[in-house]
Amino acid sequence: MAEKVKLERQAMCDRLAMEFQDGWIVNLGVGMPTLCSNYSDSSREIINHAENGVVGYGPLAKEGEEDRHLVNAGGQKVTPLPGMACVHHADSFMMIRGGMIDVTVMGAYEVAENGDFANWRIPSRKGGGIGGAMDLAAGAKRVFIAMEHNTRDGGHKLLNKCTLPITAPGVVKMLVTDLGLFEITSEGFKLIEHAPGWSAEEIQELTEAKLIISDGLKEFRFRS
Amino acid sequence: MKNKIYETMDAAVADIPDGVTILSPGFSGVGVPRNLIAALNRQGAKGLTGVSNNAGTIDENVDIGTLVEAGQMKKMICAFTASTHPSQVTPFTRMYNNDEIEAELVPQGTLAERLRCAAAGIGGFYTPTSVGTELAEGKEHREFNGRMHVLELPLPGDYGLIRCWKADTAGNLVFRLTQRNFNPLMAMAATVTIVEVEEEIVEAGELDPDLIHVAGIYVDRMVRIPVGGIWV
Repeated sequence: MAEKVKLERQAMCDRLAMEFQDGWIVNLGVGMPTLCSNYSDSSREIINHAENGVVGYGPLAKEGEEDRHLVNAGGQKVTPLPGMACVHHADSFMMIRGGMIDVTVMGAYEVAENGDFANWRIPSRKGGGIGGAMDLAAGAKRVFIAMEHNTRDGGHKLLNKCTLPITAPGVVKMLVTDLGLFEITSEGFKLIEHAPGWSAEEIQELTEAKLIISDGLKEFRFRS
Repeated sequence: MKNKIYETMDAAVADIPDGVTILSPGFSGVGVPRNLIAALNRQGAKGLTGVSNNAGTIDENVDIGTLVEAGQMKKMICAFTASTHPSQVTPFTRMYNNDEIEAELVPQGTLAERLRCAAAGIGGFYTPTSVGTELAEGKEHREFNGRMHVLELPLPGDYGLIRCWKADTAGNLVFRLTQRNFNPLMAMAATVTIVEVEEEIVEAGELDPDLIHVAGIYVDRMVRIPVGGIWV
């Protein structure tokens, strides 16, 4: 039996980024999803969009090369690329709700088998942090989620039904965790790739929702 | 041509009364009217309602959180009423948890569109954002083309505090890169629009009319950020 390996965050995001198609306009959420931008594939052009109205920006700026007027949604200084454009906030969300964003990648506390997800409020804390998440969830063509498979104390995150207040109903199309890659189908979570050394049964044991196991189930696939 | 140039930040905000609504732009620390906020902090107006993407950060820079911490704000309307990470405890977080300040949480795109709506003289708009969530509870729902929407209302302001890159004496404004964010919307949605300008304010006619982001008719007061002002 091969050694069990849980995927690092960069590997999880690399796997989602492999799904991006040439020419896609991509909005990456703050935190783990921004790691998707480290995956490079010279055969594709990816256009990065951020809520603050910049579309077509490039990699993070190196120290000494920052422009104080140019940041991504997480406040990181980024670099311009030829063809970049800047618009105001209402126009930026016009792109989002208007269907211009091919995929948004976000983190989540919970994802349910019907495609609901929750990432803005924990009832034990007052208030919430929505940012652009609800607009992106309602407007992007595809919602991908990157998150750990379980909570730190082993709790479930892939659920029959979300327990936390949801961000949007029924929108998640694909989910990567440190244990597997899942499509959300009309029947529920479909496990299509697994982390090295993990069997479908072992992943099911750590998952509340009943998994559908893909006929073509294989180990995580990475570009060589 | 009416003179819109004020000598100091303090003079530009001197008449802001207690209890008004302040529109305060900026996103991730860029395009924040820090010099005008510092002046409003010195001026001391209280009971204010603030409209901003967030309610302040944990860094030391002057922003809307400075007014929150000083007890000048009665209410915040923003897209974050809790920080993205529990470890980030801002002055707003502490006060909100103690019921010392009110807040209204609005999705970021809805916040932007409500401002645009106020500026545009539109009575309201329907958006699919937040449908099916607890934020949509109690709001009017209506289906268009088979998709459910909720009604959102305009969000006007009494005073807009704006940060721009270039301006001319007619009040025409130009922003640079992601400095623009909420700035044009708030400049146009405020009754009185006050602008801090990074570069020298040039004579009317020197900026290309086709490259103006906010038309000067929206702008009431401008101050160039002085040497020794806040440049971040």
